[in-house]
Amino acid sequence: MLALFYIFIGVAIGVSFWQITRIMNFRSVIATDKDNNFQGKMFLGFLAFLYAMMIYCLIWMNVIMLPESASIEGEHDDTLFDISFWLIGIAQFIVQFLIFYFTFKYRGKKENKAKFFADSHKLELIWTVAPAVVLVVLIGYGLWQWNNIMYVAEDEDPLVIEVYAQQFRWDARYAGDDNTLGLGNVNFIKGVNTMGVDMGDEFSQDDKQVTELHLPKGRKVLFKFRSQDVLHSAYMPHFRAQMNCVPGMVTQFAFTPKYTTEEMRQNKEVVAKVDGINKIRKENGAEESYEFDYVLLCNKICGASHYNMQMKIVVETEEEFNDWLAKQPTLAETIK
Amino acid sequence: MSEHHHKETFVTKYIFSQDHKMISKQFLITGMIMGVIGVFMSMLFRLQLAWPEKSFSIIEAFLGPHQTDGVMNPDMYLALVTIHGTIMVFFVLTAGLSGTFSNLLIPLQIGARDMASGFLNMISYWLFFISSVVMVISLFVEAGPASAGWTIYPPLSALPQAIPGSGAGMTLWLVSMAIFIASSLIGSLNYIVTILNLRTKGMKMTRLPLTMWAFFITAIIGVVSFPVLLSAALLLIFDRSFGTSFYLSDIFISGEVLHYQGGSPVLFEHLFWFLGHPEVYIVLLPALGITSEIISTHSRKPIFGYRAMVGSIMAIAFLSTIVWGHHMFISGMNPFLGSVFTFTTLLIAIPSAVKAFNYITTLWKGNLQLNPAMLFSIGLVSTFVTGGLTGLVLGDSALDINIHDTYFVVAHFHLVMGVSAIFGMYAGIYHWFPKMYGRMMNKSMGYWHFWVTMISAYGVFFPMHFIGLAGLPRRYYTNTAFPMFDDVADTNVVITIFALIGGAAQLIFLANFFISIYRGKKATQNPWNSNTIEWTTPVEHLHGNWPGKIPEVHRWAYDYSKKVDPEDDDSDYLHGQDWVSQTTPLLEGEESS
Repeated sequence: MLALFYIFIGVAIGVSFWQITRIMNFRSVIATDKDNNFQGKMFLGFLAFLYAMMIYCLIWMNVIMLPESASIEGEHDDTLFDISFWLIGIAQFIVQFLIFYFTFKYRGKKENKAKFFADSHKLELIWTVAPAVVLVVLIGYGLWQWNNIMYVAEDEDPLVIEVYAQQFRWDARYAGDDNTLGLGNVNFIKGVNTMGVDMGDEFSQDDKQVTELHLPKGRKVLFKFRSQDVLHSAYMPHFRAQMNCVPGMVTQFAFTPKYTTEEMRQNKEVVAKVDGINKIRKENGAEESYEFDYVLLCNKICGASHYNMQMKIVVETEEEFNDWLAKQPTLAETIK
Repeated sequence: MSEHHHKETFVTKYIFSQDHKMISKQFLITGMIMGVIGVFMSMLFRLQLAWPEKSFSIIEAFLGPHQTDGVMNPDMYLALVTIHGTIMVFFVLTAGLSGTFSNLLIPLQIGARDMASGFLNMISYWLFFISSVVMVISLFVEAGPASAGWTIYPPLSALPQAIPGSGAGMTLWLVSMAIFIASSLIGSLNYIVTILNLRTKGMKMTRLPLTMWAFFITAIIGVVSFPVLLSAALLLIFDRSFGTSFYLSDIFISGEVLHYQGGSPVLFEHLFWFLGHPEVYIVLLPALGITSEIISTHSRKPIFGYRAMVGSIMAIAFLSTIVWGHHMFISGMNPFLGSVFTFTTLLIAIPSAVKAFNYITTLWKGNLQLNPAMLFSIGLVSTFVTGGLTGLVLGDSALDINIHDTYFVVAHFHLVMGVSAIFGMYAGIYHWFPKMYGRMMNKSMGYWHFWVTMISAYGVFFPMHFIGLAGLPRRYYTNTAFPMFDDVADTNVVITIFALIGGAAQLIFLANFFISIYRGKKATQNPWNSNTIEWTTPVEHLHGNWPGKIPEVHRWAYDYSKKVDPEDDDSDYLHGQDWVSQTTPLLEGEESS
């Protein structure tokens, strides 16, 4: 009923407006020199507004952006991103200037005559070749980095971890001493065996299931992703890592953590960001202050609680990691 | 034909009309109604994003059972973003934009009495109308409308257990889209046939206005890619209703293992994006075509590089069909495919850059008549550049990994295809309103409409890039579950305020539009002194467009400000005025351009 009320108010406003327009002048329809002059200046003003906003965002919003990559592979992502952003930033400043400045400069006047200028192969060649040259750099570097990230060489001996998604939680499984994951399938899901691990598989026995992801600093980690219901996406923004979890297939992604959680908390960018967040939290009356942690979040729409599907990631030294892992029970112990 | 006046009743004239001009108005009005619904939804979910726990009586009023004390439920949030996307992409920017202007302009600009098949044209509109009605009905389904995102990836869209909207709401969504695709295909085929066959004497393909080229190529992309979406939707319907396993495999949900075996959601993603990416250009190319026409006319200058413009439309269209994989870099497909798609995707930057620079060169040394249509066209060039440039970041697979599905993407595509295409549509409406309704729109309201919209469009989408770079995923009901996103809350409030202002500004347009239909100043035959031949028809509409013979065309559409001495910019106009209609024969010794 309330909706009807709102619609009724809307209609009432519309009708009264309609009545008011009876006395309004609907005769001015084509731009005069005066309009051209005014609108041309407005465009110049808009250019100033746009520049101000770009500069504001680039400088003052920098603090909220993700800190430097916490994985070794992600370093090149950051470099490539910086190169791309500089290039498009410069292009943006120049091109927007041309658009709005020309609009201002050539605003129409009765006595002016436009130049008849229909073609110039030279100019067109310039703006076909110039972007092409820039693209060679971006494509070349991009593809090199893509291969860098996506292909894991056999001899790198990565630590294998399975990340398992379901509505709306994450689990992880470590491959154990043999560093090989036992097979899994939804048909094996029963009771405590929530990840559907095939306990008839000899590789499954020493696997360890956990709800918090621990990673050793400096060792390559190969993630194997599975999902039991719908698409999810394992997004680890600090490591520049993301991969979809697809029911019916196993996907993978690998990276090498570069800083432990403790080290990352000392990082200058992180300190600035955390300070900013805590200031805001204090103003809003939040009781706990925020402390930096790596996080894995779901980044593919997966249902009502998609917005709160997360898992904490802890990066620690190899020793700490081994201690922690040794304390976790194997599946052979937990699943009888 | 024109002498042959058959008696028209109200029904044949206004409802089941076969006249392309009336059908275009029907498309426009239906598209506008859908647009109001789509934009209103975005206002609601922007409220939720800015003030997550606050109660709003407007949400209480409109969301009925899908809200609790004026706060929307999480699955309703997802439903709103889903339907907002669907409506804006398909119903407003495909049917509303292409349907309106292709229908209005194709016969008028090529010099034809009507579309090749007036009957199929009528069917095309009514299928669109039915699909709109079905989509609106789906909003009132008890469990809520489709809510798996406008990309409806299965299994989420296939399993009602996964999200309530995947029940009857999703069924209606699929039915609506199937009808929509039929409408779009019939329309597109009609456009192609008409442009190829019904051009008037002298209207060679190389003399077609750029709007015609854009609509022509758009129709071809539509015919190539829409059937693939139809098959994707049919297979999804089979999976949902008849137990097949095209997209589903190994699923455990609500405590039981489902029977599906051997399918793959990745297959759906391929099929969906095989349409989904060309769709971006189905939306954008008509807007660019309209802009080409308007920028040239209102600059009183020929469009710069006509052949390059046609070439780049073709290049964009071709490339658009081989880049769909850039939506799927991290879908689990083979990384080698990712390399290929990165390469093809970034190539699109070249024809796009050519188009942008050609627009700018057209402005250079023009005599710019800054009418509302021109303002929106210039706005389009600006947002097209801003949004397009970030495509260089997203199209690079290595960089996409970390910004995929964040607000960076949302900002990118809203600027480059959403705002740009809407601006193109507004430009078209302001420019051709006199042709549609025989009256002019008010310019002051047009100026207000443009400036508020332009400022709010940038206010909404520019800062949005940066909250994306903070790692904020899209389609989150609220960001409060992650303290690391607490510092984007302020920006979200700013964005919402701009969005509300921008949304309200569209009311200025609606008022201007409807008042001008009845009270606008009567239009003259050629109010913008334009060269194209739609302005040689009488102001009053008549079936068959031209009272006598269809005029013959002697030149291209862009002989603006042609001078006696081509080398001297200040010499007299060759034809005594700064425009030369396409119907004017060449003077003796005049070089054709």
